[in-house]
Amino acid sequence: MNSLHMLIFIPFVFAMAIPLLYKLFHPKIHLGWFVLLIPLVIFLHLFRYIPLVAKGDHLTTSLAWLPSVEMNLDFYIDGLALLFGLLISGIGVLVIIYSIFYLSKHREELHKFYMYLMMFMGAMLGLVFSDNIFILYGFWELTSISSFLLIAFWYERKSSRDGAMKSLLITVFGGLCMFAGMIMLTLITDTYSIREMILNVEFVQAHKLFIPVIICILLGAFTKSAQFPFSIWLPGAMEAPTPVSAYLHSATMVKAGIYLVARFTPVFGGSSVWFWLVSGIGIITLLYGSITAVRQTDLKALLAYSTISQLGLIMSLLGIGSLTFYFGPSEHGVTYSMAIFAAIFHLFNHSMFKGSLFMVVGIIDHETGTRDIRRLGGLMQLMPVSFTVALIGGFSMAGLPPFNGFLSKEMFFKAVNDVRVAEIFHLETLGMLFPLLAWIASIFTFVYSMILVFKTFSGKYRQEKLNRDVHEAPFGMLIPSVILAFFVVVIFFFPNVFSKYLLKPAFVAILPMFTIDKVDIKISAWHGWNTELLMTIGVVIMGSLLFITVKRWVPLLKQYPQWLTLNNLFEKSLEKVERYSLTITNRYMTGSIRHYFIYIFSFFVIVLAGSLLLLHGIQFDVSEDNVICIYDMGLVLGVMIAALTVLFTSNRMTAIVALSVVGYLVTMFFVIFRAPDLALTQMVVETVTTVLFLLCFYHLPKLQKNIGRIKFKLTNLIVSVATGLTITILALSSNSHKLFEPISYFFENAYELAGAKNIVNAILVDFRGFDTMLEISVLCIAGLGVYTLARFRMKGSDHNEAE
Amino acid sequence: MKPNDVILQSVTKVTVIIIFTFSVYLFLNGHHHPGGGFIGGLSTAAAIVLLFLAFDIEKVRENFQIDFKKLAALGVLIAIGTGFTGMLAGDPFLTQYFNDKNLPIFGKTELATALIFDTGVALAVIGTAVSIILSISEGDSLWKR
Amino acid sequence: METIMACLVGLLFTIGTYLVLSRQMLRIIFGLSIISHAVNLLILTSGGLKTGSAPLLDEKMAGFTDPLPQALILTAIVINFAVTALLLVLSYRSYQIFKTDDMERLRGNPDE
Repeated sequence: MNSLHMLIFIPFVFAMAIPLLYKLFHPKIHLGWFVLLIPLVIFLHLFRYIPLVAKGDHLTTSLAWLPSVEMNLDFYIDGLALLFGLLISGIGVLVIIYSIFYLSKHREELHKFYMYLMMFMGAMLGLVFSDNIFILYGFWELTSISSFLLIAFWYERKSSRDGAMKSLLITVFGGLCMFAGMIMLTLITDTYSIREMILNVEFVQAHKLFIPVIICILLGAFTKSAQFPFSIWLPGAMEAPTPVSAYLHSATMVKAGIYLVARFTPVFGGSSVWFWLVSGIGIITLLYGSITAVRQTDLKALLAYSTISQLGLIMSLLGIGSLTFYFGPSEHGVTYSMAIFAAIFHLFNHSMFKGSLFMVVGIIDHETGTRDIRRLGGLMQLMPVSFTVALIGGFSMAGLPPFNGFLSKEMFFKAVNDVRVAEIFHLETLGMLFPLLAWIASIFTFVYSMILVFKTFSGKYRQEKLNRDVHEAPFGMLIPSVILAFFVVVIFFFPNVFSKYLLKPAFVAILPMFTIDKVDIKISAWHGWNTELLMTIGVVIMGSLLFITVKRWVPLLKQYPQWLTLNNLFEKSLEKVERYSLTITNRYMTGSIRHYFIYIFSFFVIVLAGSLLLLHGIQFDVSEDNVICIYDMGLVLGVMIAALTVLFTSNRMTAIVALSVVGYLVTMFFVIFRAPDLALTQMVVETVTTVLFLLCFYHLPKLQKNIGRIKFKLTNLIVSVATGLTITILALSSNSHKLFEPISYFFENAYELAGAKNIVNAILVDFRGFDTMLEISVLCIAGLGVYTLARFRMKGSDHNEAE
Repeated sequence: MKPNDVILQSVTKVTVIIIFTFSVYLFLNGHHHPGGGFIGGLSTAAAIVLLFLAFDIEKVRENFQIDFKKLAALGVLIAIGTGFTGMLAGDPFLTQYFNDKNLPIFGKTELATALIFDTGVALAVIGTAVSIILSISEGDSLWKR
Repeated sequence: METIMACLVGLLFTIGTYLVLSRQMLRIIFGLSIISHAVNLLILTSGGLKTGSAPLLDEKMAGFTDPLPQALILTAIVINFAVTALLLVLSYRSYQIFKTDDMERLRGNPDE
């Protein structure tokens, strides 16, 4: 247990304390002030690792969890993980400050909100720091679940629930695919550690499961990062409170897919499948997102689609960068490695400007009560600070100087231009598409950024369309977005500081063939009149033209038929699947417990008897049997008679007495079979059980005569006789076979190992203490069940009893 | 349950003491002889049930002011808690230790952490068994009202 | 002895299954009780019968019976007690509320 483990567990532990704090301080102090401490501590703590990581080192820690199956909490921190960790905790701090002012402490269920948020933060930190692939998967799904809970935070709204459901279905589907891919990957490489996988790359790339593994893992990454065509959940996720949208659905969680692709680039990079899937899907998503964003009228939906498009941009950069592994650390390789750097840089920048934009949109929503562009306008004078932030964020998103988006956008253009000269993977012909699509998408990016800024803040202020007086947001709400906007500008002027301490280490973490002191990357705003700059100028000119004429052509986009949208296809097919599965389920789930029992017993008989027959397992050997004395025979006969009495009697009292006779005779069996512990326990239990039966005796109806038709009885008879026969055969065969040596010799050392002479007790409390612990837990649960059942009062039951 | 049986009551007074003693013996001896947490707990529970049968439940509860549900929970907590002691020493969860010590009166006695675990088991069993019986009979009176 | 026990376990299973398949809740509880007795005997039988002394290390005898099945059964007995209790309460409360203990009439709402 060291400080890195502590970092990841702190949010979870703190989440448990939240209800207590809520009880103590609500509604005196807003819960957010306490929660704020956690990301702050984590952020400051992670800062300590920067010098270490900036040297190109990494740190590994391990905590044994299930060492026997190599499932250990192995965490490690390198440039990539640290960059993500700082983003998660840093933006976490700002988002929590923002949420303190955004969510009313009087109206909202804050304890739930912050518990989910802490759960998410812990899961996300665990995700980026995990080295064990399955631990990573666990945290991955935990982020999906916490995202689900946060989207459905206002669960009384139907749209929130639908959005949450959709995101859960899609991301968990992808997660499960990824899980399958991870299992295949561990089969190939024979290790759970990602770093060891990277060392075994040649096995992976030569293996016949290579392509399925890539597809499965990418499905996970694409669903999480909302790549086309899985992007449909992200707009639905915008039903969440704005702090959540700013945090999960733009800055951190949706980047988990990017993180995964970056993390696995050393394993899969250099193959054509990986290149085409990652960069191709990325560039399609970029185009799709930007075009769809233009026709949105809801500000948050616009931002959602713009997030999709920006994620596509980063994804395509990672795909292009994977070519580095094809060329190795040659001159060509260095050229393509710049794409990876651009991806990291843009990811960093995007978290800043998109976070600030989401916060501004939240402010607008909070102050005006609407996010509809058609009702907004002219807010510039009323909300000058928000306008400034939006302007900075929007221009950065559009890729204009002097904001950080310009730098990474230029690098993006350079990367897509470089693709053409790769001359592998059919890039001689198809490579031209990259700069073209990227340029078109950038034009639309420019347009929607302008729409976002100018349609809301300039133009005529239309008081009549808003229901309230609008004024600037409270100070605390502005602060986080101002800080982010400040960084947007600072990064433009001092990019190399950030590059040295954050981006380069991350770059080296993805591309292990470069060492940090040899990497020479200088980010500068001015490169001379090169193609990239001309492309940007083209984007600005075309974009401005399109923005001016936006009213003419956007209606054309809206002509696209509603029923053909991805969202519609998804919903329709989901509806169909639900209907069909309901029909099929209703076929066999009849609600009659007898049917279920028949299924269980028939399945049991068929599988057991079938496998015994097929595998020739039936054997009958009496040679090793022990002698039977007359006393044993008497016991056997007694049990038989008592059991048959239970079956045939129609008197409750007789049945109960006969049942306890069976129990006491079984006790006698335990005595003669040398099981004193069992005999004692059985005797006491039988006594208490009989008391129980007698207690309930008065409340239960009389036994009815065996009612039912012949067919009913015949089915019962067949099923029960078949079960009995199977068991008998099974018992006989298992006595005649000795496939394995009994493991009981292990317990002969009970005295030396556990200091106990009673072996049964030693097994219970020592060797298998876990079983016993869980058993008494089950016992307690059953006790509570009895307690609640006995007091349970059904709604309307009074009415029933009156009848 | 309101039996009024003098013979049963007088016999119970004696037998309950015997059963209690016996169950403590069973419980403590569990490590080396037949017995242990389950049996000890169950026979204690049986003794308490006998008390309920012989006397009025209300009367017994007046003298036995224990919430048996809490007792059961306490037992589970003790059992789980002993699991963590091993972890403090760096061993896996639920590692048990034992040692022989010379105690003033008992002479050479084995002290084992397993006994604490077994105490948890016994308490959980007593608590659950008695609270099951109690809730059935109480639920009963609840419904008659 | 093992053969006889195997047949006895089979018979107990038959009776138990037949009772479980009946329509009355009380009979189902009886059936489950009998099945659990049968399972305990089955486990004990498969560990070998009467092959040594009780599994206590003090008794200086050549060998002891397999303690592992006994530990398993000990757990099973206690759990079975809890399950029986739960089922009993369930049945008597549902009888109180619904005025029937016929499983075919306790099938729940078909719309659900």
